[in-house]
Amino acid sequence: MVRTEDPRLLTVGGTYVDDLREPELAQAARVTFVRSPIAHALITGIDVSAAREAPGVVAVLTAADLDDLPPPPPDSGLTGTEGLPFPLGGHWSEPLFAVDRVRFVGEPVAMVITDDRYQGEDAAELVSVDYEQLPAVVGVAGALAGESLLFPPAGSNVAVSTGTPADSAAFDGCDAVVEQVIVNQRLAPVPLEGRAAAARWADGKLTLWVSTQNAQIARFILAGALGLDPANIRVVAPDVGGGFGAKIGVDRDGLLVAWAAKHIGRALRWAETRSENMLAMTHGRAQRQVVKIGGTRDGRILAYRLEIVQDTGAYSRMGGFLPFLTSLMAAGPYDIAHVETAYQVVMTNATPISAYRGAGRPEATAAIERAVDLFAAEIGMDATEVRRINLVPADKFPYTSGSGATYDTGEYVAGLDKVLTGAGYAELRAEQARRRETGDVLQLGIGVASYVEITAADADGGETARLVVHDDGTATVYTGSSAHGQGHHTAWAMLVQAELGIDMSKVTVIHGDTDLIPMGVGTYASRSLQLGGVALQKAAIEVKELGRKVAAEMLEASEADLELDVDRGVWQVRGDPATSTTWAQVAAHVGEAGLAADVNYTDGKPTFPFGTHLAVTEVDTETGKARLIRHVTVDDAGTVLSPVLAEGQRHGGIAQGVAQALLEEMVYDAEGNPVTGTLVDYAIITATELPSFELLASETPATVNPLGAKGIGEAGTIGATPATQNSVIDAVSHLGIRHIDMPLTPARVWAAISEARESR
Amino acid sequence: MIPAPFTYQRASSVDEALELAARAGEDAKFLAGGHSLMPLMKLRLAVPETLIDIGRLGELSYVRADDGHIAVGALTTHDDIARSDLLASELPLLAHAASQIGDPQVRHCGTIGGSLAHSDPAADLPAVAVALGATFVARGRRSGTREIAAGDFFLSLFETVLEPGELLTEIRIPKPQSAGWSFQKFAKRGIDWAIVGVAVQGPNVALVNMGSTPIRARGVEQALAAGSGPREAAAHAAEGTSASDDLNGPRAYREHLARVLVGRALAEAASRG
Ligand SMILES: Cc1cc2nc3c(=O)[nH]c(=O)nc-3n(C[C@H](O)[C@H](O)[C@H](O)COP(=O)(O)OP(=O)(O)OC[C@H]3O[C@@H](n4cnc5c(N)ncnc54)[C@H](O)[C@@H]3O)c2cc1C
Repeated sequence: MVRTEDPRLLTVGGTYVDDLREPELAQAARVTFVRSPIAHALITGIDVSAAREAPGVVAVLTAADLDDLPPPPPDSGLTGTEGLPFPLGGHWSEPLFAVDRVRFVGEPVAMVITDDRYQGEDAAELVSVDYEQLPAVVGVAGALAGESLLFPPAGSNVAVSTGTPADSAAFDGCDAVVEQVIVNQRLAPVPLEGRAAAARWADGKLTLWVSTQNAQIARFILAGALGLDPANIRVVAPDVGGGFGAKIGVDRDGLLVAWAAKHIGRALRWAETRSENMLAMTHGRAQRQVVKIGGTRDGRILAYRLEIVQDTGAYSRMGGFLPFLTSLMAAGPYDIAHVETAYQVVMTNATPISAYRGAGRPEATAAIERAVDLFAAEIGMDATEVRRINLVPADKFPYTSGSGATYDTGEYVAGLDKVLTGAGYAELRAEQARRRETGDVLQLGIGVASYVEITAADADGGETARLVVHDDGTATVYTGSSAHGQGHHTAWAMLVQAELGIDMSKVTVIHGDTDLIPMGVGTYASRSLQLGGVALQKAAIEVKELGRKVAAEMLEASEADLELDVDRGVWQVRGDPATSTTWAQVAAHVGEAGLAADVNYTDGKPTFPFGTHLAVTEVDTETGKARLIRHVTVDDAGTVLSPVLAEGQRHGGIAQGVAQALLEEMVYDAEGNPVTGTLVDYAIITATELPSFELLASETPATVNPLGAKGIGEAGTIGATPATQNSVIDAVSHLGIRHIDMPLTPARVWAAISEARESR
Repeated sequence: MIPAPFTYQRASSVDEALELAARAGEDAKFLAGGHSLMPLMKLRLAVPETLIDIGRLGELSYVRADDGHIAVGALTTHDDIARSDLLASELPLLAHAASQIGDPQVRHCGTIGGSLAHSDPAADLPAVAVALGATFVARGRRSGTREIAAGDFFLSLFETVLEPGELLTEIRIPKPQSAGWSFQKFAKRGIDWAIVGVAVQGPNVALVNMGSTPIRARGVEQALAAGSGPREAAAHAAEGTSASDDLNGPRAYREHLARVLVGRALAEAASRG
């Protein structure tokens, strides 16, 4: 089956914000941001006079122009330990333009508005900002040292702290205990389409076209920031070229575009460059973790401790949410009697951190999957055997983990076994032994990671669907969920066809326009199918019941005698297929009143997908270069609606996960300057570096929703990273190497190898 | 990612290119495939006032056998070089190295002349030209036509002996005396520049990215001439190099890689010799 959106995307192409040719934007001027080139400095003066005189300049705006905004909301009082994805207020508030201090390279300081884009880039160079440089706070260690403060009134760089886990007796009964510091490095999301926005203020109404994962959330944020009634805001998300969490809602750059359009009374458009994207779109991950794991010599894990320091960058856009999720999922798929966690969130002079594919959960899996391997190495047992012993057994569900999450359904051991069998685990180990014996330059590594994750964590936020059947037999879906590459159009059409028998080709799916769909949440946290899909299915069932009534009236039969032939999309009297009526006729019969249903589904519950990944790598022991040669996975996301969409999510997720393990890292120098700000230095993964993935099937239905669906959007990323990392370390473990931090670049792996050889 | 303003002129012949360059003066640059120049301009690291587009000078795109040597036009793309039957049989080192550059898009735009004139020590073809003992033909309005040995051409990062307005027109490569060749490119990803690379043709060994220009591994060559085996000779690979520390690793790692890769290159060349 082909994704219904693909023919258009692959032929004429999508229409992204910067492609829009709406008449309202015909006269739009261009926004170019002036961004801080310094990580940490006081702004002692801004001179925009030369820029104002430059050709084509319409306006130059700075914080001083923000005189028509509502007063900032009162401090919410959130401490960041509530597990809510909201920014911290008070001392830690993030301004729109930097006011008297810049806190990261890339922070917006001013905006140049010009008739065309090239003029904007030239004029922006003429804005002269005086900076008084301050010592930069770089990385977690720099933040904790506290010698330089980002927010002096706060008195510390530590914005959130849960205290330390302190059960000194926790590891008492253990035969073996291992402790390890693990860095889960900072990543850039790098969507194909960078951030983009276009805005127009007319007749008291603001329209913002924005590349977002959630038009409705963007509208909510805009209303608060600009002091507008949501009814006077329309947000439109046209085609969106990837988001990975970094396009949830709308960030300060987009808000500024909207504000400026209103402020100067002219339509504006902005599409960031790749250089801006690397610096100013939020980054992800960025945790330093300390894991401690203990258990018995025969492989039973008894206690696990995870301490996290979350580098949140220059502003806390998500409070303590990410390390909260990491803590919630700390125990992973294991039945461990004692689990304790603690976290701190610290400010650094770097790009703010936010959600990135997995958002807190990959960090949890990476930590415990490394810990399990370390523990296995310590007791001298095969790491897959340790997993089998400790995985939550199938008869224990629903199961509440040591870190407090209640897992709905699972077949963890079966998933592990399926992967081991599919990969030919025993033969792989034999091949590894052979290469070790012959001293082959290319050593083989076999890495396994088992995981459980939480999807639709905010299920009670719900999702909306409106379904209308028209008198020409077609149907239109209005969904609060928001497609940005996942294939919603295909999935939603499948749901309608399955329920009503209206052919997929006759179903139009509309999303991302708050005038048409005022209520909705959007796409993140792998929530779409299990919430938005269920909402649509319920709407379809409501429409079906309406249709039954109408058809009964039309065919002069009792409702009970009517049946819907979903193969043909026709209502008929049971046992008398000649007496029938089509959806078109039924809709026409209803006329004005319409054949429609509206659903806001808020009864959903989070679900817990799980699986196991096995990565086979070859490590060149002379150069340190690791190559992934096989990747075998089970990713059980409950009942699969569309295999092609599920596989697509697994593919992309695995590629991104492997990229974190082997290649990607956003690096800053000692002054807080990003040194991986281009795609030459920030190494995203390409097809050349990846084998064909071996995706095994496994479906353990969710019981909390009628589709039996769990989320699949992030699973690949969650499993692939630690499996690959474990694999590379496994390849050189015979040299006495127990841990190497990511990314496992050739230089790093070689350094570990040569150090191990020297210490022998 | 948006270049500063510049004047664009397109040349339709070599003579016109030279004429335009002479008129535009010091701040003019030739634009060939644009795959080194444009990225620098987009980052505003290069801010030429005038670009003279030589990209359509078909007269400079060729590979042919002249007596005793192979001649490659400066505007020949990496892809044409990689696919040339003549080069595959006569100069497999050059054809193979060109096939390892960037990705297909880069290879279809980038030219051998651009790669040499750009003088990036991380580029592949400069070291290959050095290992092959190539001679470059350059033409200028003032200097006329002159020949420059590959070994004398590169001065440092982005700097060659070419004078402003001087155009590289042809690369002449003598037919190798000794058939054994190898090209070892060590990079993180398929699309990347080499962290370290090695080009071997017969007794000649040149290194990619071990200093500010392509470097002859003299120590290795001398050891080979003195009768050392590949392993022993490779131990001299880092002598006289000046690799820098960067994101891809410290200098010592690069030096180690040079030894490993030279060892592999010599072994492979020997197997082909
Ligand atoms: C993504 C990417 C990956 C790449 N990977 C590699 C790689 O792995 N290995 C590698 O070696 N290269 C790589 N390159 C560089 C590529 O090979 C370039 O094409 C090449 O270096 C320059 O050739 P060009 O024709 O594009 O030159 P241009 O960019 O047009 O010009 C480069 C410079 O040379 C000058 N110039 C060009 N032609 C002449 C001439 N005939 N006479 C005098 N001066 C001239 C120009 O004025 C300019 O200063 C990569 C490039 C990209 C964008």
